[in-house]
Amino acid sequence: MHWWLPLKGSTFAGEVDGLFLAITIITGIAFVVVEVGLIWFVVKYRQRPGRKAFYTHGNTRAEVIWTTIPAVTMVALGLISNHYWVKIKGRHSVPANAYPIAIHAKQFEWQVTYPGADGQLGTSDDFTVRNQLHVPVGRPVVVHLSAEDVIHSFFVPVFRVKQDAVPGMQINSWFQATVPGNYELACAELCGLGHYRMRAQVFVHTQEDYDAWLKQAAQEAAQ
Amino acid sequence: MRSTVIPVVCGVMAIVGCEKGRAGASPGVAQAAESVPVTAQPAASAADGATITGKIKFTGAKPVNPKIDMGDEPKCKAKYQGVPTDELVVVNPNGTLANVFVYVKTGLPAGYTAPAPAGPVTLDQDGCRYHPHVLGIQVGQTLAIKNSDGILHNIKAKAVKNRPFNISQPTSMTSERTFSAPEVMVPLECNVHGWMHAWLGVLPHPFFGVSGADGSFTLKGLPPGTYTVEAWHEKYGTQTATVTVAGTETKTADFSFAAK
Amino acid sequence: MTTVAATAHTAHAHHDDRSFIRKYIFSTDHKIIGIQFLFVSLFFLLIGGLLAMQMRWQLAYPGQPMPGGGILPETMAPGGVILPEYYIQLVTMHGTFMVFFAIMPLLVGVYANFLIPLKIGTHDMAFPRINMWSFWSFFVGGLVMLASLFVPDGAARAGWTMYAPLSARHDFSGASLGQELWSVSIIFVGLSSILGSLNYITTIINNRAPGMTWFRLPLSVWSLFITAILGLLALPVLSGAAIMLLFDQIIGTHFFDPAAGGQALLWQHLFWFFGHPEVYILILPAMGMVSDIIANGSRKPIFGYHSMVFAIVAIAFLGWIVWGHHMFMSGMNPTLGSSFMVSTLVIAVPSAVKVFNWMGTMWRGNIRFHVPMLHAVAFVAMFAIGGLSGIYMAATPVDMFIHDTYFIVAHLHYVLFGGSLFALFGAIVYWYPKMFGRMMSEPWGKVHFWLTFIFYNCTFFPMHILGMAGHMRRIYDPTQYTFLQPYQPMNVFISISAFLLFATQLIFFVNFWWSLRKGARAEQNPWHDNGLEWSLPSPAPHGNWEQVPTVYRGPYEFSSPQVAEDYLPQYKKLPTDREPARAPVAGH
Repeated sequence: MHWWLPLKGSTFAGEVDGLFLAITIITGIAFVVVEVGLIWFVVKYRQRPGRKAFYTHGNTRAEVIWTTIPAVTMVALGLISNHYWVKIKGRHSVPANAYPIAIHAKQFEWQVTYPGADGQLGTSDDFTVRNQLHVPVGRPVVVHLSAEDVIHSFFVPVFRVKQDAVPGMQINSWFQATVPGNYELACAELCGLGHYRMRAQVFVHTQEDYDAWLKQAAQEAAQ
Repeated sequence: MRSTVIPVVCGVMAIVGCEKGRAGASPGVAQAAESVPVTAQPAASAADGATITGKIKFTGAKPVNPKIDMGDEPKCKAKYQGVPTDELVVVNPNGTLANVFVYVKTGLPAGYTAPAPAGPVTLDQDGCRYHPHVLGIQVGQTLAIKNSDGILHNIKAKAVKNRPFNISQPTSMTSERTFSAPEVMVPLECNVHGWMHAWLGVLPHPFFGVSGADGSFTLKGLPPGTYTVEAWHEKYGTQTATVTVAGTETKTADFSFAAK
Repeated sequence: MTTVAATAHTAHAHHDDRSFIRKYIFSTDHKIIGIQFLFVSLFFLLIGGLLAMQMRWQLAYPGQPMPGGGILPETMAPGGVILPEYYIQLVTMHGTFMVFFAIMPLLVGVYANFLIPLKIGTHDMAFPRINMWSFWSFFVGGLVMLASLFVPDGAARAGWTMYAPLSARHDFSGASLGQELWSVSIIFVGLSSILGSLNYITTIINNRAPGMTWFRLPLSVWSLFITAILGLLALPVLSGAAIMLLFDQIIGTHFFDPAAGGQALLWQHLFWFFGHPEVYILILPAMGMVSDIIANGSRKPIFGYHSMVFAIVAIAFLGWIVWGHHMFMSGMNPTLGSSFMVSTLVIAVPSAVKVFNWMGTMWRGNIRFHVPMLHAVAFVAMFAIGGLSGIYMAATPVDMFIHDTYFIVAHLHYVLFGGSLFALFGAIVYWYPKMFGRMMSEPWGKVHFWLTFIFYNCTFFPMHILGMAGHMRRIYDPTQYTFLQPYQPMNVFISISAFLLFATQLIFFVNFWWSLRKGARAEQNPWHDNGLEWSLPSPAPHGNWEQVPTVYRGPYEFSSPQVAEDYLPQYKKLPTDREPARAPVAGH
């Protein structure tokens, strides 16, 4: 059992995990200050006969310090996070040469449509496979997400990618896989009684293996 | 490429009255290799009746049914030798069409009611397919939905005149439902296995049947009268024929569907 | 039942020749209404816990028959095995009951009603009959919600957040009447909140005792006041959304159905525009009561009283502009993601200030660890964890990974259980003497506290780890996923801790009910506190005071050099005190 985040399987996994670690350090410091502080106060200032509490209504300087430090930290965190947010999810974040795959989510399966030999979606050589996402490694892939019925959510933990699939909307979500292997895709928005089984297998291939698979799968689908 | 045709199950014939049919046409149930349909036992009745029988012919090129990829469900995939196909259009070797639901649409006296048989009609989920694919049931009769696969299926009945339902069966179990209003046809589907479809005809009388491997149907025990008989197919739609019967005679009404 | 001392005939005290029904059932006395909310809400807290126990069984032992599951009908758990559709009903109903029928009424329905008139120095609420309707509306809503579990096709099952179109279309969810009853029940709950808020706001503005200026109000009253404003403005949005959902379900509108021209995201915006202020409704009163208890336990004034007030106001104000942080992955414009991230990070600051100020209150205090103080300190420790985990979610790139995972479940339980519920346990024990004239057992209170603290952390802390692994929420069977199978032992550990946590609450329930009759009789001011309520006998009588007290100082004058005792009540006049000017409004 792994105690930290999963394998980094995409180009932005490193960035997301780095941000996660930075936040852990910041919150970890705050956690230690608060919890150790509380334990120390609880022990040191417990009631003892003959003692009286120190009568004060506060200390403005202390308050200014412990208001400013969190405020500055939060603003800094916001700026850094926004930089990555725009890079990953911004309106213009999808790389121009991204390989298109359409995923149509429906209760309770993922219908994955590949662009076929011509590499373009919406042409006659497209074919659809149920619950299998095959992608080439080292190349940006843009998923054209749609939903048939209710809200689902496209979630591949190793890619660190998540995007709700909303009926009535077409949403693009991109990623670039970095590690060949077999992974899983899960639905991350409650979509009905079969939500727990709405899973797909994700295959990250080398480009050669991907081309071979694409050719074979297209043939099988044509039959 | 020839697709492997898996024998399709035929439906259940509920028969009122003594069995009096033409020698050739079997009113019983054609067994398919993989399914165990249950024939509803008819209540014993003294009344004889007329019979309407016939064959559903199919003309034109036999369509190729799409293959089903059961890769997600190894337990079901393992139950097949080859690759299973969708049961959209099942053309029998003798050129007839199976899975056509044939029933008496009009012609029974106003207020005619038949008591629902005591036994259930079974719909089995086996190999991630519904057995039978097309079936009939009487109003008030129990539909026993059986899960022989032992994996999660859900049964969604998209009824319009009856109460729709959507229930799950995570393991081997049987759930029961009844229908209170006539409805032709109630679509049934599984959302966990998107290729699973079945069609259920709910009628207030027992005069219905489903064409099987020999493409024939038989409606028995009819009171004398003039009837509109309708043949329904999930892809090719409906056709009707008008037949007048009296006494204990047998009349033929054939139907023919053409490839589109 | 509570004993309410009869009051003497005076110009202001009510005649107490009411019937039993008027006194205890259809009562307009704010204290009785508060106690009614308390009894009914504790029952719903138990229901919410029972629903969670079933969920935890299924998560630990997927597909196994549940002990005692045989009593459930076939439509829920045939042979005791929980069905997937029943599991998501459990998920939905657990959240719904805990938020709307346990935590919110316990914090607001009980303590706004019970404490406000007592702590500001007046005889009752401004509108006692509206107050009564507020309780009965809540009660009816609760019955409707309970009934929805037992109707054909079962209860609502789209999560307590009820996202459309799953919630709007019966053919997608499999529910029918139960889904509709959820909306109906919520409309009653909304009405209850709105009626209550009207009373709390009016009473605090208009009916304070002479000398009770705004900055002499206890923080519990400030927080209840601000909460009431939040409620008045937020609940109508929820009620409106619930009505729209109900119309989609039963009369053929399509507000939320994209297949017919509606918008799925509209539900989310409406729900979360309510939902975020709602979570501040669920924490602010707890913070206020914790402030009162920590000052009392530390025998020190609150550190930075004015900042604490401004922090409450800031949290409430900012709470209106952060709702989109629940929707970062929803498909809304990513630019909104940026703006909501900023406002969400900013709202962390006033909460941090409060945590430091509570610590400042304890610093150099003379701390008494009575049971309420134990709970209040635990509140600070646990709320800090819950708040810190929120920072991960505020950072949108990280939220992309942890949204809809158990990391969120951990966060919300740290703030709602570790926060609100611990505060409530403290508050129930603290004001019990004023409500019932008896004390709860202190030793059993300590046993309950420690066991709860341990089992609670064992249950919810590991959920952060599950979330980091990508473990999704609302999942009937995690073992379906290869990447989650290694975490199944952790799910088992969490479930066993949860079962022990639930069992421990029996101690609290027995202590609570037993002490009503057999607890030690309470003196007037058992905690040596400064609030106006402690000038009254225990329990407080109908009509409270014959003549309301006069207020000479703030509520946190502990260890004041002016007196020998370590507390100095607001109502005690010292030779050096001047009479205040006449009360600013029509007080008496």
